[in-house]
Amino acid sequence: MKIVVAIKQVPSRDSQLKISSSGKWIEDADLTYEINEPDAYALESGLQLREKTGGEVIVICAGPAGASQTIREALAKGADRAIHIETGDYSSSDPLALARIMAKALESEKPDLLLTGLQSDDLGYGQTGVILAEVLGLPHVTLVMNIETEGAGIRVKRELEDGWFQNIDVPLPALLTIQSGATKLRYATLMGIKKAKTKEVKQLRAADLDAGAAATIRLEKIYIPGKTKKSQIFDGPAKESAAKLIEKLRFEARVI
Amino acid sequence: MSGVLAVLEQREGRLHKMALEALAAAQQIGAALGEPVYAAIIGGAAEALAGYKLAKVYAISHDLLKEYTPDGYTLALKQLIAAHQPKFVFFPHTYQVRDFAPKLATALGRVLISDVVGHRIDGNALVLVRQLFQGKINADVRFEGEPPYFASIQAGAFRADSLEAGSAEVEAVTPAIDAAQIRTKPLELYRESQRAVDLTVAEIIVSVGRGIREADNIPIVQALADAFHGELAASRPICDNGWLPMERQVGSSGQTVAPKMYLAVGISGAIQHLVGMKGSKTIVAINKDPEAPIFEVADYGIVGDLFEVVPALVDELKKLG
Ligand SMILES: Cc1cc2nc3c(=O)[nH]c(=O)nc-3n(C[C@H](O)[C@H](O)[C@H](O)COP(=O)(O)OP(=O)(O)OC[C@H]3O[C@@H](n4cnc5c(N)ncnc54)[C@H](O)[C@@H]3O)c2cc1C
Ligand SMILES: Nc1ncnc2c1ncn2[C@@H]1O[C@H](COP(=O)(O)O)[C@@H](O)[C@H]1O
Repeated sequence: MKIVVAIKQVPSRDSQLKISSSGKWIEDADLTYEINEPDAYALESGLQLREKTGGEVIVICAGPAGASQTIREALAKGADRAIHIETGDYSSSDPLALARIMAKALESEKPDLLLTGLQSDDLGYGQTGVILAEVLGLPHVTLVMNIETEGAGIRVKRELEDGWFQNIDVPLPALLTIQSGATKLRYATLMGIKKAKTKEVKQLRAADLDAGAAATIRLEKIYIPGKTKKSQIFDGPAKESAAKLIEKLRFEARVI
Repeated sequence: MSGVLAVLEQREGRLHKMALEALAAAQQIGAALGEPVYAAIIGGAAEALAGYKLAKVYAISHDLLKEYTPDGYTLALKQLIAAHQPKFVFFPHTYQVRDFAPKLATALGRVLISDVVGHRIDGNALVLVRQLFQGKINADVRFEGEPPYFASIQAGAFRADSLEAGSAEVEAVTPAIDAAQIRTKPLELYRESQRAVDLTVAEIIVSVGRGIREADNIPIVQALADAFHGELAASRPICDNGWLPMERQVGSSGQTVAPKMYLAVGISGAIQHLVGMKGSKTIVAINKDPEAPIFEVADYGIVGDLFEVVPALVDELKKLG
């Protein structure tokens, strides 16, 4: 099976975020980055499927030059080759424009299966995979936890609300968006890291692939959310805070 | 193009719990912008909507829509939108909506503003608020270009008890769909684990998140739950890693709880977690990051290292005997 996995590089989870002076994005110069969490599961699912069915795994990533770090890591874990679509930063991307650019970049590939993460940690649209499927004219399933081959197609397990699941049969080619937690993630081996250096990374520029259709939504400004509740915060030494909290819980909230 | 269309969700004839909040969003925004408000629902529960102040309820049905598929729903709603040309189309931000609404918007060359947590009216334009970076940052987003404008509304952004009653005409709609247009085949629904613990009856819940770092540290928080005579719960990554069973997960893909006290330890407060516990009477958060979104909903908070704070709390509780 020829499998394409879309991976995004996002600021590390523990990043202290500051709004940039434009008010439209964060100060990203000093941040460290990592692969978007569900994308790591998408990659893992792709690699496991390739181990069963043969074929190849191609990762595609749109991002600034620094995203090559995340691409290298994916290659070290076992992806066969990569497509890096170079963009300015992550702020401006309208998910429909991005999907059209990715579709263009994949034009010659004709994959059997495309995998994306369910949602990105930074922009968090939770849409890019579904949009890409529609742009490519492919059927899709979101929130996928497991993939099995089934005849000429696949059978996937979809997560629903409140602890329910549903199996769905999907013909190929198709696109799936992968939910976190479906399986254990592998680590890159030393051998993998060495091999990654020789693997092909095709460099494309977003500007060259963008047909320039006008955006239909506009991110006006970003800001730190205000509090919706009046909270009492204790930030002294642990012992002191603990004593204060217990006192409040006993005599004010009266929950103990 | 005019009007606000709320596309709602039901299962086995019962409205989804988030449906009425999306309807409230449509009513409020419709009133503010002077637009009539319509509702549409596929496959049943239209009568449940007829008692609200709406210009009309579209009850869509078709044999091929009995089971949800993104292809079927997109075809049906594309036809409804083409026939009635609404300016705004709002959805509740459910799993089903995540699955088909971006496809529907794309089919019409638009982008859905997903996961809306707030709004404001600026002149006569609508500004929607959504979260970035797992709730650490908010963004104001506007529609550009021509309608229809699509948005999905997260739980808690609008109040269902603000809905205006009325009486609405129900119009039956049968879209044209061909079996060959539906490419995926949904099979049976199932649950994986028997739920041995029912978190919804617990009066006190102590919930642990990724701040706990590793499975071996879970007993530290278990000790606090025991000291409070409460139940232990967790955020999703803890259950994903198998450190606690799935049945103890709180949030949109786990249980929804509303205990007397919910104490979140090392949980950042992503919206998918918050929707599962926001209704708790008293919320307490322990987190080393003073900016963690969990503090936004907390009544009491301790900023500090959970590995120091949690044992200190256990000591305090022991003193009480
Ligand atoms: C469709 C969908 C459904 C989802 N369903 C759910 C769901 O049902 N339930 C759920 O919980 N999530 C769900 N999620 C995931 C959710 O988006 C978050 O990723 C998740 O809730 C984060 O868990 P966390 O807060 O434990 O981890 P993190 O976000 O990593 O937060 C860890 C926190 O611990 C703090 N911390 C670290 N070390 C310490 C220390 N020593 N002392 C004190 N604090 C410390 C950090 O400051 C941070 O705030 C869902 C996501 C999607 C897209
Ligand atoms: N810039 C990008 N490069 C590669 N994949 C992306 C990019 N942005 C989003 N994706 C994919 O689309 C998924 C959903 O992203 P989003 O719609 O932003 O929540 C992510 O998990 C990725 O798999």
